[in-house]
Formats: sequence, structure tokens, C-alpha cells
Amino acid sequence: MTLLAVENLSKVFGGVHAVEDLSFAVTPGTIHSIIGPNGAGKTTLFNLITGIYTPTSGRVRFAGADVTGQRPFQLARLGMSRTFQNLQIFFNMSALENVMVGHHLHLDRRFLPSLLRLPQVVASDRACRATATALMEFVGLSRYVGAQAAAMPYGALKRLEIARALAAKPRLLLLDEPAAGLNATESREIDEVIQRVAESGVTVVLVEHDMKMVMGISDHVLVLDYGRKLAEGTPAEVRANAEVVAAYLGAPA
Amino acid sequence: MFAAFLQYLFAGLTSGAIYALAGLGFAIIFNASHVINFAQGEFIMIGGMATTALVAAGTPLPLAIVLAILITMAVGMALEKFAVEPARGADVTAIIIITIGASIFLRGAAQVVWDKEFHSLPAFSGETPLDVAGATLTPQSLWVVGVSVAMIVLLWWFFNRTLFGKAMLATSYNRLAAQLAGVAVKKVLLASFALSAMLGAVGGIVMTPITFTNYEVGIMLGLKGFSAAVLGGLGNGMGAIVGGLIVGIAEALAAGYLSSAYKDAIAFVIILLVLFFMPNGLFGKRGSERV
Amino acid sequence: MKAVLGTPRFGGLGLLALIVGLAPLAFPNAYFYDVAVNALFNAVVCVGLNLLIGYGGQISLGHAGFFALGAYGSALLTGRLGLPPLAALAASAAAVGVLALVVGRPILKLKGHYLAMATLGIGIIIHIVLKTESALTGGPDGLSVDSFSLLNFTVTSDRQWYWIGGGLLLISVWLALNIVDSPMGRALRAVHGSEIGAEVVGVDTTRYKVFMFVISAVFASVVGSLFAHKNAFITPDIGSFFRSIEMVTMVVLGGMASTFGAVIGAVILTLLPQLLAAFEDYEAMVLGGIMMGTMIFMPKGLLPSLLLLWARQRETAP
Repeated sequence: MTLLAVENLSKVFGGVHAVEDLSFAVTPGTIHSIIGPNGAGKTTLFNLITGIYTPTSGRVRFAGADVTGQRPFQLARLGMSRTFQNLQIFFNMSALENVMVGHHLHLDRRFLPSLLRLPQVVASDRACRATATALMEFVGLSRYVGAQAAAMPYGALKRLEIARALAAKPRLLLLDEPAAGLNATESREIDEVIQRVAESGVTVVLVEHDMKMVMGISDHVLVLDYGRKLAEGTPAEVRANAEVVAAYLGAPA
Repeated sequence: MFAAFLQYLFAGLTSGAIYALAGLGFAIIFNASHVINFAQGEFIMIGGMATTALVAAGTPLPLAIVLAILITMAVGMALEKFAVEPARGADVTAIIIITIGASIFLRGAAQVVWDKEFHSLPAFSGETPLDVAGATLTPQSLWVVGVSVAMIVLLWWFFNRTLFGKAMLATSYNRLAAQLAGVAVKKVLLASFALSAMLGAVGGIVMTPITFTNYEVGIMLGLKGFSAAVLGGLGNGMGAIVGGLIVGIAEALAAGYLSSAYKDAIAFVIILLVLFFMPNGLFGKRGSERV
Repeated sequence: MKAVLGTPRFGGLGLLALIVGLAPLAFPNAYFYDVAVNALFNAVVCVGLNLLIGYGGQISLGHAGFFALGAYGSALLTGRLGLPPLAALAASAAAVGVLALVVGRPILKLKGHYLAMATLGIGIIIHIVLKTESALTGGPDGLSVDSFSLLNFTVTSDRQWYWIGGGLLLISVWLALNIVDSPMGRALRAVHGSEIGAEVVGVDTTRYKVFMFVISAVFASVVGSLFAHKNAFITPDIGSFFRSIEMVTMVVLGGMASTFGAVIGAVILTLLPQLLAAFEDYEAMVLGGIMMGTMIFMPKGLLPSLLLLWARQRETAP
């Protein structure tokens, strides 16, 4: 059983192979981590999977359907959502509204009822507000429920993105370096959030720099180097892999 | 048949040269600061209006030209210093509104300082037209094209052979890196406005004997220069020149063969078609968003 | 802002209704009604345009073109085909909506300067067509328009137009507030905040941008139709580039992403030329100066800046 399958995926930027002939599969209900040194192509891979870049060759399959080249909002409809290494917060809105936008697909979006603000729109709005508040509490942002996004600290914004992505009720959540730029305490807290997300039945794909964090929470680890698969397996298997050690420590294999 | 075609071509090349200079002006400022200066057309207007006013006041033409260019460059630098620089870091919409505001302000000022009448200059070297394969070519057209070519060569030399020019180019590629390498970025910005103002003024002066000038001519000339710059791909100098010529020639041919009333619409029809089908212009690089 | 205005939907709307209702008490003569109607009309256009520019973050430098199409559509459909004014208004608005939809799809894929160029191009082309097709439009000389009538009632005085304009403004503001606070409005504001961020949670960004482009064009067209009837005479210059810029300036001055701000901006910029009538020559300089000054010193616009100031003062006060 596979939720996400990447098959012979390649992306070339002006002659540079950012991702080269990469294949892997993600089993539902697991935490799947992608690690690798800087410039290994992790973020490019995320952008390919989530439809922000179009692959040069290869395919992406999601829940059995070929979704190669689909736009991000189409993938979101199929149940894929993500966060970003460089935050993509709506700074012109409140924190709660950020999460409410995440719930977009599950709301009554018809024009006329919205235009006239019919009772069902008011009711659905109230429900949406409650859901968004609950999600903010779930990721540990209860104290920012009334805040403007622009007034929040960096660490809180990272969680806000997770809450927003969860509001879309994804089956697959891709997290791009959720712990980057956080201190040790914040990092541990994000860890817990991710584990709680996984326990709630959402499959998680994680790009992370922090080896310790990855080894602690992942079911499966994929190691990239220069856009190619270097190794794959359980955390223990990967840790024991000589090539991985070499890539990370710079020693000859 | 051919004579008529040639005639339109000459007309197109003449106005195309002016659009090319305006387009280059857009490109230089855009490269230095990522600002689209909607007041570029007003530089053309000020160059022409200042020269005619100075000549009318008794200044000899060559001196009037030099003074008018200097005045326009001063206006350009003032625009950078007092309107663009204070708004650094604002979003694109804000900058667009600021430079449009500046263009309206300059137009209003020109109408107050000078007047609302049309003005002309005597042709630089007589009015006797040349005959080229049955088509007539005025000496002033040759001036327009010749001066434009000279300006382009001068610019090429400036950007490729002088230290300051190279510093400006470096800033356009990577602002931070240039700053770290010791380039005074603020000076580069100021210089880019001065240079664009000079290009506009020169264009405005050489075209005045043919087209006349008045406080409003900058609107259409500026917008067509912008079309030229977008057509060639924003920030691409060579593209702006080619874009300017394409706009000028297409316009002249359309006026000759289709309808002279729609002449002014041609530039915008072309630009819309290009933007629909090639959103980054003819020669623009495809930018991808980094997330 | 919500905390300041209480419930903006009803608090602000009530205040606006009060102002519209009481303002005529201060009008010494009929001429004031004429200016006030223009202010109300501009305000309605700006409330629509603000959805696109202020909330959606998408610039349009060509909306006067849609306004002019609405005006000419109504003038021709009533004058040449004898359609009832309300039907002509609706037909023109529908046609403008379809046009905005057709051009909007390719245009709104563009960003920043390219979008500015494209919208500006559309506006200028419309203006040139209106000037040139004189057999139909009367060309630069203009076109006279019948007065507006519904059933047996004909609108004759500026006083009557004032109440129509006021009613229309209140309805427009109410609709705009509803849109902004709906899932659709939030999606649109999210597009302004981060297009990619909105896409990954399922927002079809192009769709919402095009949608708001169409809505704002329809607003402009409807007001254009009414303007034509009220003015009884129209020229192509109601669709000029300068008019488009004026509309954008009203939105920006009053406050981007503030519906009431857009109304205030429209009112100020409509009244300004009246106040400056003695200095007619300086009008352009003042308008240009306002555009630059607002963006440099008060980029959020008048109303949001004032509200912010007020909120801060209340915080510091004991």
C-alpha cells in the first residue's frame, strides 16, 4: 500500500540536475523523513511533489492517481498539503484567519450566499472559526488566537503554517524543515506536534536538517545527496550506512 | 508600392528610435532598483519643452540643448532622492503609484512653468528632404536615428568599459554582493535616474522639430517606451531597443495600411498579445519563485 | 480595526447611512448635490476596485475603461435600441463582466509591472476605440444620453440622484463587507499575502483574482451607466488613462484593504478639485503630490493610519 509514489523523478535547472532519477514510496500512516546535506535537492523535491515546479521527467503518483504537473491547489483537493522553509504566511491577516483559509476547501464557497451573507454562511463561518481555534490549540498556539500574524514570533509562525495545513484536512502533510531556526526547546515542541499529527492518522513527509530529530521520530528515512538517492531504510539502517556517514562527515567512503 | 512601404518604414524607425531610448531608460532604472519609472515619458517632455523655452528666450540652440539635458537630469535625480528613495522596500503597487504620481506632478509643473501650447524647434540641419528610392527622408529623421545610435554606443561603452558602469551592472545582478564589494548602491540608484533622464531628454530634443512638443506628450511616449521595455523583457537593454523599433515600425505600418486613428492602440495590442502568450516578454528570462 | 469600530458591518454601515442621510442638510444649493452625486458614484467604483487592489493586491490601471463601457453601453442601448434604462444597465454590466472574464484570465496570471502594463493597455485600447468609432459613439464630441426612468418614474433632479447614489453606496458597502468576510474574501486576501501559501491549502488563486477583477469591473460598469444618465452627456475621456489613475489614487489615499477607507478617499478626491477651483492650474500637481505623499508617508492610507493612531493613543491613555 502506497500513498505517495515518486518514480524516476528528475528536475534540471539550466544544466544542473537538482533532482536526478529519484524513486521512492511513502506508506500511509508513517513519518517519512528526507535528509541530506545542503543543496542535496530536498526542497526542490518538495516543490516537485507539491506541484510548484514541473518535473523535467518522471512521475508523481498520489493515492493511486498520476498527479504529475498538477497545480498545488488541485493536489490540495486530493488531500496533500505542506509547509514552507521560507514562511508563506498571510501577513495581512490575523493568525486565526490564516488557519481559516486553510479550511477553505471544506467551506461553502458559493458566491450568492456569501454576497448576501445568508444564515448558513454565518453558521459555517462560526464553525470554521471554532475549528481553526481548536487547531491553533492543537499546535500549541492558544495564546495567539487573537493575534495578527504580522505580530507573531518566528517559532510561532512555523506552527501557524502547520495549523493552516492541517485545516485543509490533508491525508499527506509535507513539512519543509519545521525545526530550522528554532532553539532546542522549540525544536522539541515541534517534534511533539509532528508526532501528534502522525498519531491522528495523517501521513507525514519531513525534510529536516536536524539528524537527531529525524532519527528520533521517523519510521522511514531517505537520504539524498546531489539530487540522488544515497540510502533508504529505517533510522537504524541509515545510521549504519557507510555512504551516509561519509556524506555527512565528509570522510571518504 | 515599395516607395510607400519605405516611407512608413522611415517614419517607424524614427519614432521607434525614440521608443527605444525611452525603453532603455526604463531598463536602466529597473535594473538598478527594480522600479518601473512611469515618469520616464516626462523626461522626454521636459527635454523638449526646456529646450524650446530656452531657445525662445534667446539661448543659442547648442547651449539650450546642453542646459535642457542638465535640467532633465537634475529632475531625474530629484525624483530618485525625494520620491523613490524614501519609499524603498515598499511593494510594487506602491512604487507604481509613486512614479505615476510623479509623472502627473511633473506634467502639472510643466504646464505651470511653461504653458499648454505646442512648441517646436528648427530642424538641426535644414528641411530639404532626401529622396531614397522614391520615399522622402527628412534630415531630422537621420538626426533622430543617428543620435539614438550614438547614445546606445555611448551606453554600451559606459556599462562595459568604465568602472562606475560596471559597478552599476554588478548592482543589477546582485545588489547585496555589489554592496559588499564596495559599490555605493545609493550612488548607483541616483546615477540610473540621471542616465535615464538624459536618454529621455535627448530623445525629446531630437524629435521636437518633427513632432512638436507640449506638456502632455510624455504620457503616450512614456507608455510606449514601457511597452518597448516589456516587449523586450523587463531589464533587458538590447530587448528594449528591439522592442522600441518593433513598436515604432508596427505603428507606422498600421497607420499607413490599416487606420491612422488606431496608430496609438497598436503598441498596446502588441504588448497584450505578447503578455498573453509570452508572459516574460520576447527576450525575458523566465523567473521562478523561490520558496 | 474590528476592536475599534465595534462590529464594522453594522457600526460602520450605520454611521455611513447617517452621514449620507444628514449631509444634504449642509448643502446650501443645488450645485452641491451635483458634486455630492459624483462623490457617491466614485465611492461605489472605489469600493469595488478596492476588492481587487486593496484586498487582492492586484493592480488595475484600466478600470476607467470598464466605467466608460458601462456608460456608452447604456447610452447606446437606450438611445439607439430604445431599451429601458435598467435593462440597458444590466445588459452593459453583463457584457463588461464577460469582457473582464475573457481578458482577465490571461492578464491575472501576470504579476506586478506586467499586470500594470496589461490593464493599462486594455484601458487605453477601450479609450481609443470610443474616440475613433465616431459613427457609433460620436467620437471625441461625445454623445447625449436620455434621463433614467423606471416604470413611470423619471429621475430628473440631482437631489433624486443623490438618494439613488447614496442607496447604491450603502448596498455596495454592505456587499463588499460580506464578500471580504466570507471564505471567498479570505481566499482573496490570502492571495495578497502569499499566493503559494494560498495554493497549497486548495485556493485556486487565478480563479479568485479573475473573479474579483470581474466583480470590480461590473461595479465600475454599473456606476458608468448611472453616470451617463445623470450627466445626460458623455465623452470618451471618462475612460481615459488619467481617470483610471484617479480611481486607483482614491483607493490608495483612503486606505488599501479598507472598504470605508475607499469611500473616504473617493469623497476627498472628488471634492478636492472643487476646493482648488481657484488654482485650477495646480490641480495636477496637487493630485500627483497626494499620490506620492500618501505612498511615502502613509502607505496604509488615510483611514487605516488614523485608526492605528487612535488605537495607539487609547492604549497609552490611562
